[in-house]
Amino acid sequence: MSDLWSELFSFANYGELLMLVRNSIIAGAVLGLAGGLVGVFVMARDLPFAVHAISELSFAGAAAGLLFGIGVVEGSLVGSLTAALLIGLLGSRARERNSIIAVLMPFGLGLGILCLSLYSGRVANKFGLLTGQIVAVDNPRLLSLLIICGIVIAGLLVVWRPLMFVSIDAQVAEARGVRSVALSMVFMILLGLVTAVSVQIVGALLVLSILVTPAAAALRVSASPLLVPVLSTLFAVVAMVGGIMLALGGSVPISPYVTTISFLIYLACRAWGALQNRPPKSARVAATA
Amino acid sequence: MTAATSDRPQTRGTAPAPPILSVRDASLRFGSRTLWSHLNLKVRPGEFVAVLGPNGAGKTSLLRAILGAQPLTGGSIELLGGPVRRGHRLVGYVPQQRLADRGTPLRARDFVGLGLDGHRFGLPLPSRTRRQAIDQMLATINATSFATRRIGDLSGGEQQRLRVGQALIGNPRLLLCDEPLISLDLHQQRAVSTLIDASRRTGDRAVIMITHDINPVLDMVDTVLYLAAGQALTGTVDQVLTSAALSELYQTPVDVIRARGRILVVGLPDTALEGHEAAPENPPEGLR
Repeated sequence: MSDLWSELFSFANYGELLMLVRNSIIAGAVLGLAGGLVGVFVMARDLPFAVHAISELSFAGAAAGLLFGIGVVEGSLVGSLTAALLIGLLGSRARERNSIIAVLMPFGLGLGILCLSLYSGRVANKFGLLTGQIVAVDNPRLLSLLIICGIVIAGLLVVWRPLMFVSIDAQVAEARGVRSVALSMVFMILLGLVTAVSVQIVGALLVLSILVTPAAAALRVSASPLLVPVLSTLFAVVAMVGGIMLALGGSVPISPYVTTISFLIYLACRAWGALQNRPPKSARVAATA
Repeated sequence: MTAATSDRPQTRGTAPAPPILSVRDASLRFGSRTLWSHLNLKVRPGEFVAVLGPNGAGKTSLLRAILGAQPLTGGSIELLGGPVRRGHRLVGYVPQQRLADRGTPLRARDFVGLGLDGHRFGLPLPSRTRRQAIDQMLATINATSFATRRIGDLSGGEQQRLRVGQALIGNPRLLLCDEPLISLDLHQQRAVSTLIDASRRTGDRAVIMITHDINPVLDMVDTVLYLAAGQALTGTVDQVLTSAALSELYQTPVDVIRARGRILVVGLPDTALEGHEAAPENPPEGLR
């Protein structure tokens, strides 16, 4: 039991370790920022399932990048942008979208596994694409991550209001002159970008824990258009940075820490929201009328 | 609106005011199917137009055409002296009722606020004028009590009032409503239709409302546009909703019965009845 514990949490030489993973912590924080913001729209547009499909294709792209020596970052970007644009173009209706996602997802995973099995390099790299890694963030990679997250955050802030309008009620937004199709595609590109960088840090299987869980948790406790994105980013950053710092001590991958923190925050928010949002009896009667 | 007022300056709702909307000999065809043709309609400030007709008669397509989202096959539509175009700031739109998802990250007041500046890029920065405009609209639509509740938690009637508020807050000259009363109970129907009726009395505004049942708005409607069988019939309630006029339109005997201040249309042909859901308290005979 104590063996397992020290495997999970061991903080010997923690200060030195922390310096080693400085890049990872910066990457995690910035990724949390971008992921938390994107998550608000993933929820508003009902896209969690799409995020999963995009991350699988991003994984396939990264694995292909590894195999053909193009580079993991480039590969995962190509994979996730392709998936995001396909889903955006072909799946404007929820029903179509779900079937397209279901078609893409196993294909992406299979393709990725094929590329990984053909790859003869280090095994740790292979596993990392699925479950995440923290040591691999060198300076050029950190820079690319910062640039991509910067594009995502800036892009989101620009389209925030009309994108929210379109996400809530596309018909009315279009009647008001909002270009709903163009905005949807812009969002899919931003989603593809942030997914690609997330895959490299938390791994393809667990991208949902930073792109969906924090926003879902925030929505449990508030519906304020200001508080929801603020809480969502806060939760995502806490999960990412906290997960990395805990993972340092153990010898298991980073993802279980991130996903567990994320999940615990969600549980806490659910409980808190259930207490807070109990409408008064009269309101409940009116709501069912 | 037949009073001779030509020598008076343009008074709200009187005949000489320039029309907000002029539809001239408009027609819409999808393939070989003609939804409507020779559609002529002038809508003046303060006027309340009800669009009636069976499902598939092209009522929503007409609204889409006015919104600039549906090109006509023939004829023209002029809106406030110019051609129709998408995103016209002076047109408000209340689409068919679709309940908001419970996870929608907006409160009632934010939803109304989208009608004010939701089309603009950037973040919704708080400002005093914005807040006041929203507060005022919430008071108008009697929604102050649930202003900060999340929209997905509200009842259908409350959400529908918010939709009307969202459409009105941009201060449109023309309010287009697509079945705004559907799936509401009688009390809520009254609340929403009264709100829409009151809105046309301010700001030189006109209302075009699609409805499958004229009765909830019978005492408000100035003009009826009846779309059926590829044709369009325009006039007052008394001109259009008569046995003679509808029998002629449908080419089959149709009875229009007036009883206790309500209008019942009986004997619509099967093709017209298809999907012609009357309100629960007013089923057409064929569906009984």
